[in-house]
Amino acid sequence: MSETLKKQNSKPRLELLNITKQYPGCLANDQICMTLMPGEIHALLGENGAGKSTLVKTIYGVVSPDSGQILWDGHEVDIKSPSKARDLGIGMVFQHFSLFETLTVAQNIELCLSPAQLVAIGNLAERITKLSQDYGLNVDPNRYVHSLSIGERQRVEIMRCLVQSVKLLILDEPTSVLTPQEVAGLFDVLRQLSDEGCSILFISHKLHEVTEICHNATILRGGKFVGDCQPAQETPATIAKMMVGDLAEQDAGYEKAYGEDVIFSAHSLNLAAKHPFGTSLKNINFELLKGEILGIAGVAGNGQEELMSIISGEDNRSLKGVFTLDDQDLGTLSAGARRRNGLAYVPEERLGRGAVPEMSLSENTLLTHSRGFVKSGLVNWKAVKSYAKQLISQYNVKCHGEFSEAKSLSGGNLQKFIMGREIGQNPKVLICAHPTWGVDVGAALAIHQALLALRDQGAAILLISEDIDELFLLADRMAAVCDGHLSPVVRTEKTSIDQIGQWMAGTFINANDSAEATA
Amino acid sequence: MIRVQARTEPSTLMTFASPLLAIMLTLIFGSILFSALDKDPIQALHVLLVLPLSDAYNISEMLVKMGPLLLCAVGLSLCYRANMWNIGAEGQLLAGALGGSAVALMFVDSESFMAMPLTLLGGILSGMAWAAIPTYLKVKFNSNLILTTIMLNYIALYLLIWAVHGPLRDPDGFGFPESALFSDATLLPVLSDSGRVHLGVVLAVLLALFAWFILSKTHLGFKIRVYGADEPAATYAGYNAKGISWFVMLFAGALAGLAGVSEVAGPIGQLTPNISPGYGYSAIIVAYLGRLHPAGAIIASVFLAILYMGGDLAQIEMGIPIAVVGMFQGVLLFFLLACDFFIRYRVVSSRENMA
Repeated sequence: MSETLKKQNSKPRLELLNITKQYPGCLANDQICMTLMPGEIHALLGENGAGKSTLVKTIYGVVSPDSGQILWDGHEVDIKSPSKARDLGIGMVFQHFSLFETLTVAQNIELCLSPAQLVAIGNLAERITKLSQDYGLNVDPNRYVHSLSIGERQRVEIMRCLVQSVKLLILDEPTSVLTPQEVAGLFDVLRQLSDEGCSILFISHKLHEVTEICHNATILRGGKFVGDCQPAQETPATIAKMMVGDLAEQDAGYEKAYGEDVIFSAHSLNLAAKHPFGTSLKNINFELLKGEILGIAGVAGNGQEELMSIISGEDNRSLKGVFTLDDQDLGTLSAGARRRNGLAYVPEERLGRGAVPEMSLSENTLLTHSRGFVKSGLVNWKAVKSYAKQLISQYNVKCHGEFSEAKSLSGGNLQKFIMGREIGQNPKVLICAHPTWGVDVGAALAIHQALLALRDQGAAILLISEDIDELFLLADRMAAVCDGHLSPVVRTEKTSIDQIGQWMAGTFINANDSAEATA
Repeated sequence: MIRVQARTEPSTLMTFASPLLAIMLTLIFGSILFSALDKDPIQALHVLLVLPLSDAYNISEMLVKMGPLLLCAVGLSLCYRANMWNIGAEGQLLAGALGGSAVALMFVDSESFMAMPLTLLGGILSGMAWAAIPTYLKVKFNSNLILTTIMLNYIALYLLIWAVHGPLRDPDGFGFPESALFSDATLLPVLSDSGRVHLGVVLAVLLALFAWFILSKTHLGFKIRVYGADEPAATYAGYNAKGISWFVMLFAGALAGLAGVSEVAGPIGQLTPNISPGYGYSAIIVAYLGRLHPAGAIIASVFLAILYMGGDLAQIEMGIPIAVVGMFQGVLLFFLLACDFFIRYRVVSSRENMA
């Protein structure tokens, strides 16, 4: 930060002047201006669809703007392609990594270097090792990518940028896949880069991270520039206000609730992975109580998907005596029968699983909610339509009407709709996966309140999320999964982000095994 | 510079314009083809497409060909809606003809009023049984439905040929590979004296409307549409995938079987080795031309029936080989699939200099 202030008189590293990009039917960027100084960590904030991705893709040469200028170190440049961007010293780490799993770290990095760069570097492995030590990245050039964790892969992506002597590093939601400890490590690296004069453009949904690390922030809404701020002098709530526009009350703390009666339980659930890259579930035991939210934390791919699909019945392997719902053996029933017994499910993918993209919202209502709408095999479409309209207004789903196709809705609005549909079935147990993933602040608030209202009606909710803040906000009890093991379940107020973070990394596994051995 | 660009949403206009465009292109292609054969293209197209509708007799013959096409296509539409790639309508049709004939031959000397209904039932059940084989293999072993249904088409054909050479051959038929003529009590009633339009054609239209009703009004039809549009969503919603597969396949088998038995107990009146000029295959084109919608299939089956009729007439009137009909059908499907590309994509001429 002091670095930045000292360099106030120096030239900006990057200036965007009136960048405009029109897509068919959508003005993605409207006259956006932004300035980045050397060494500045700059946040780019906005709801989904605010135009953040288009703007960074413009800087990285993936998208060419319709009008506007880009100045690099004071000179106008025309960034026609990502390779041009890399030549200038712009590096980008995408949300979804682009690494070849069957190649080593060094080979992956070599792939994106030009022959001239390779000659300049000389011994690439040595360079990687050196940089790895300098920045504490802990990246071994000879390891195969498939053997690396998600956090390590991200560091390889960052290394790929560092090798090219990056002057501007763009990170698209870099923390969404990391454990809290990994996030802290990433921030150390970013601070070090910043001190050395590298500019960083940081896209995130997590406002407390922005206030923690960013010097400045640019806020977009609906493709337009709406303001900038110094996050250190703001709170997450005031930034959220700027992003959403109206005075959406931020999620503050909610009352915790503790149920007593067990409604659902899983006993020694062991399940081999169905796919070669799946995770086997290992001796999972837990109970869900009426009127509570049980939150399960974990980095993606540690068995969450498998756990949800075996509970919901999507994974149609029959398990006797493993799941009990209201004293009934659930594990032998089909997915449809489990629904009829009071199990509802909000899946991770909204479009293509939670809703049929090409079907209208009323058809998507009938997808899982047929009770009362089907008589002797015939659908009462009139009743379905009016109920869909009711859901749309009750959950404030922004769309043209119940005839709108699911795919025409934004992610947040579709999620509100799906959430409303599942809650509307008055489930005894709701399984809910990543309810606010990629959802804007306003919709997330509405979804949180809907979940809490359902809990207060006495339903049990199994909340599976990678967003640890959300889990602490909503869950009454918490656990974590790692490599198919489930940690002990604790009351949320009796644990800490630190402990859950360690459980996400699997520290409980050996302790558990030895505890069982002695028991 | 001209580029192909994905549309943000599928074009409704192109969904309906695509079949018409494909027909236009097919006609243009046909004109070139006829010119190359030294035939007057205008006259050829006239014979092929207009003459079949020129008088009551031709129209009734056209309707006779429409019946089996429509029955098969309606069943296939439902299958394709549910992502069941059933190419086996031809085999199911032949099985229906064979099974129906076996029943009909028990009533050769009978006047029983049960003869006709039992014959139809025999055909329907045989078609269903033939469809059940690949369905079982698919549901149980996840075998490739396209391959198994195609192979069963050939098995059905040779089974039928074996039957007319063997057990079902007319003992008084001087060794010709044909069954005995069915009794009048077995034959489907003809609607008017002037033509050969029979009950089967009426049943075909009614069943198409029934299938429309299933798809749009029933929960089962809704599940079929969900299953075809988005299988993960159907699994998520807990729909019974096996049940849906069985339903659409047996429904298609029943309809194709009815088409087969309606041919032998209708215009043909006996079992012969050549009861289908490939109706089961042409029905695939009908189903796609009709946008996998039973009502669309009615219109599309009329068009293909005209083409079949016109092919016969063109052979008689102008000496154009009958293979031209098959060629026309193939080209039509080709253009249709090509035009369907533009439902999801469009061509734009960009002013941007891409260099």
